[in-house]
Amino acid sequence: MRVVGIETEYGITDPGNPGANPILLSSRLVQACRVWSGNSATRWDYGGEDPLMDLRGMRRERRYATADLLTDSPEYSEANRGVTLRRRRGSWEDPAHVNAVLANGARFYVDHAHPEYSGPEVTSAHDAVVWDVAGDRISAAAAAQMRADGDDVALYKNNVDGKGASYGTHENYLVQRSVDFDDLARRLTPHLVSRQVVVGAGRVGLGQFGQQAGFQISQRADYIEAEVGLETTLRRPIVNTRDEPHADRRRWRRLHIIVGDANSMEVPTFLKVGTTSLVLSAVEAGDERLDVLELADPVAEVSAVSRDLALRYRMRLASGESATALEIQRALVTIARDYVSDEADARVIDRWERVIDALGRNPFEAARDVEWVAKLQLLGRMRERYAVLDADGTMILPDWDDDRLQAADLQWSELGTGLAARLSAAGAVERIVSDADIERAMTTPPSTTRAWLRGRMVSQRGDVVDAASWSTIVLDRDSEHGHLEVLTLPDPLVTSHHLVDTLLAEAGPAHTPTRD
Amino acid sequence: MPQTTSSSSPFEDDAPEPDAPAAPAAQANTDALDSLLDEIDDTIQTNASQFVRSFVQKGGQ
Repeated sequence: MRVVGIETEYGITDPGNPGANPILLSSRLVQACRVWSGNSATRWDYGGEDPLMDLRGMRRERRYATADLLTDSPEYSEANRGVTLRRRRGSWEDPAHVNAVLANGARFYVDHAHPEYSGPEVTSAHDAVVWDVAGDRISAAAAAQMRADGDDVALYKNNVDGKGASYGTHENYLVQRSVDFDDLARRLTPHLVSRQVVVGAGRVGLGQFGQQAGFQISQRADYIEAEVGLETTLRRPIVNTRDEPHADRRRWRRLHIIVGDANSMEVPTFLKVGTTSLVLSAVEAGDERLDVLELADPVAEVSAVSRDLALRYRMRLASGESATALEIQRALVTIARDYVSDEADARVIDRWERVIDALGRNPFEAARDVEWVAKLQLLGRMRERYAVLDADGTMILPDWDDDRLQAADLQWSELGTGLAARLSAAGAVERIVSDADIERAMTTPPSTTRAWLRGRMVSQRGDVVDAASWSTIVLDRDSEHGHLEVLTLPDPLVTSHHLVDTLLAEAGPAHTPTRD
Repeated sequence: MPQTTSSSSPFEDDAPEPDAPAAPAAQANTDALDSLLDEIDDTIQTNASQFVRSFVQKGGQ
């Protein structure tokens, strides 16, 4: 059982006004999300960030908040688990940095020039899918609210605009602090480079600006330029070094993976999180079988693998041998199998192996499970449809820079009415979670992590909650509003806290959501 | 980039050929693809260029 979470930055447009300011659009969307939530959403507690972390990787607004925090240094009691006091933060909110902490434990906010849904902490690949798809539906509901209020907006769950911009879908994994970071990066990298053949979302266009016509496996591949680094917006690394665990930093690090694609299908999200978590278990155990998979030039191989639709490209290994992405994935299944700890892990291995086998036989056999294949199949069909006959009767297919193919690639991931959503509705792709579970996860937090405390406090005790973050809940119970109490929750797996439990009990049992 | 000219291979030259005989599930998928393409045909034929041109995002993380 590993704590994981997914963050998604959505593409955002005003269909009637392409020049609309994306920061304002995103800000309105978050405001609309608050309205959708019945104004139960709460603010973000920037004080919950750890001021001792490496500042170079922080977001700008957190840097400002840290200065504010330091003047009101929280005094922790009971070894970081008690309640502490600090001065109330101003009630003014910067519209460019507006936040909504939701009843399901997620954070919905403006990040740079995109709306971002950061899902609550979960403990299985299955739950990661449930609360990720719930985020898509919350975002779509916020967009519907915004349209009802007279502002048009469309959201896209992709990572590129084809004009040079990329925005991320990040995975977070809680990893033991005791693992040497260099070993972690070295042993995990072959998986991050090769897994795209299983979980890539597919992209029309080659190069950061789509300057070359073609179809490739991964949205994100052409934007990865370093092996390891702290940056997330330039010289993006395969393994990111941001060290902000949102947990007891003596025990944990939060591994922040930025190389992955946004997925509009459930199986890729399930496998992306499930396989990476199992490989991390092998890394934590110091499994030396991973060493033979080390790549000679991992950065170059990310885009080389992404361009190889036949899955025959051989990567050069550090040992001098070579291997295809599928061969590396197959070797990783064999290793990962030894780290299966429960039925949920076993389902990951089973699905992973079946997808690899299908891809190995004929990639199109995996079209129901693998997003780039599903997209390639649809767009391939589209090329046949728009083919023209030349003078001697030969059929000429439109090239990949045809506007209709590029438009379909973008429309693939549109929330609500996108092509992926329509294929799913038509039963053409595998579903692994139920609509009932997703519906419930829009307003209910996972019961296996501290999100269970955060989300219920937001929905049931909005009267006393001033703000919240991953590791804090800020209470405002003083009748004069003169003091805020900061409740710290450094253990992501804590699901009970005496004060929270008391406050929730006061709210009465009628509102308590059923625990899984 | 050279045009791919064979109607049996709508993908890149190095793309996998769908060489296995179509299974029933694959046939169902094909039907779903075709009806979806029917649905979007009008819009995509008329609006694709402008839509692609105006889809501009700011870089993120």
